[in-house]
Amino acid sequence: MSRRARLALFAAAAPALAVTLGAGLAGLPSFGGQITSYARMLSELAPRQRHITDVVSAISFDYRGIDTLFEEFILLSAVAGISVLLRPLSDETRQLPEDKAPDRTIPPPSPAVWLLAVFLSSMLVLTGIETITHGQLTPGGGFQGGVILASALYVVYLGTNYVTVERFQPAPLLEAYDGVGAFGYVFIGLLGLLAGAGFLSNVVGLGVTGNLISGGTIPLLNLVVGVEVAGGFAILASEFLDQTAVIRTRRR
Amino acid sequence: MSVLAYGVVAWLFLVGVYGVVTSRNLIHLVVCLSVAQSATDILLLEIGYRTGGHAPVFVGLPAHPGPAVDPVMQALALTDVVVGAAVTALLLALAVQVHKRAGTLDPDALQATRD
Repeated sequence: MSRRARLALFAAAAPALAVTLGAGLAGLPSFGGQITSYARMLSELAPRQRHITDVVSAISFDYRGIDTLFEEFILLSAVAGISVLLRPLSDETRQLPEDKAPDRTIPPPSPAVWLLAVFLSSMLVLTGIETITHGQLTPGGGFQGGVILASALYVVYLGTNYVTVERFQPAPLLEAYDGVGAFGYVFIGLLGLLAGAGFLSNVVGLGVTGNLISGGTIPLLNLVVGVEVAGGFAILASEFLDQTAVIRTRRR
Repeated sequence: MSVLAYGVVAWLFLVGVYGVVTSRNLIHLVVCLSVAQSATDILLLEIGYRTGGHAPVFVGLPAHPGPAVDPVMQALALTDVVVGAAVTALLLALAVQVHKRAGTLDPDALQATRD
């Protein structure tokens, strides 16, 4: 589409956008006023009913658990789509770049960078696990912690090189994480059906409020989501990295 | 106060849409889309805000004065962030392939390379 056609299309759509945006903004509640009675009820009920302290986690993984199931599958299908899009195409091949000057070796990263990478990546792994496992107690949970865990791999790449980071993240293992995480959610949902309640019912023992193991299925779901998100984001990073590092056009 | 708060949302959204409409680079276009999408995150959080409200985390530490903000909106904002990240990553993957096939990232130049 040419630039002119694009602008013309937008000009035609702009009045509709203006009307919709204006009507939508006019109908909003006043800022900082009352919140809905649904939210008030959940804030009061959730800590007593589900033995958690972070109500956001209880909503994501319990009261609206089905939403999060679909959200997780959106992420899974996006990762699958990217893996398909960024695969080596018929005229491409996977190989490490040829060393044109074998007599001059690439200097390894300086000890300071290496030390920082070791320190940062281990701290990121620790923070990620902490964020995932404390999802029912403090802000955080599977999605946030999973992203932190995956970012530990990026730091390993910054501090070392492509070959080392590939050893840290074998593709079949990452794909297994992604799939196991996604279907773990369904499995925990089915536990509810097995126990004679509804799908995704909180049927596991609730524990004592404020303890690490409390909230029934909420920490379990956080765990599987964390595994899925960590695997998914690590796949994303390695797919984009492969594009620049090893996937090149086959020579004719 | 309401005007300012929701004005930020409308401004961010329109800036993002302006960027998408006038973009000359597909990567720039994807970033503009994320800007427009981030307006929805702010909108969700603003709808759930209560003056003087605290985070909906009820730990026994120093007692929180006042009411909690809306936890439902925060959960929806989380969904929004995740879906936004997935969409951005998918579009960037498409941009990588477009650049390989067409040799350009300019959306206006794409039709000339069609064969």
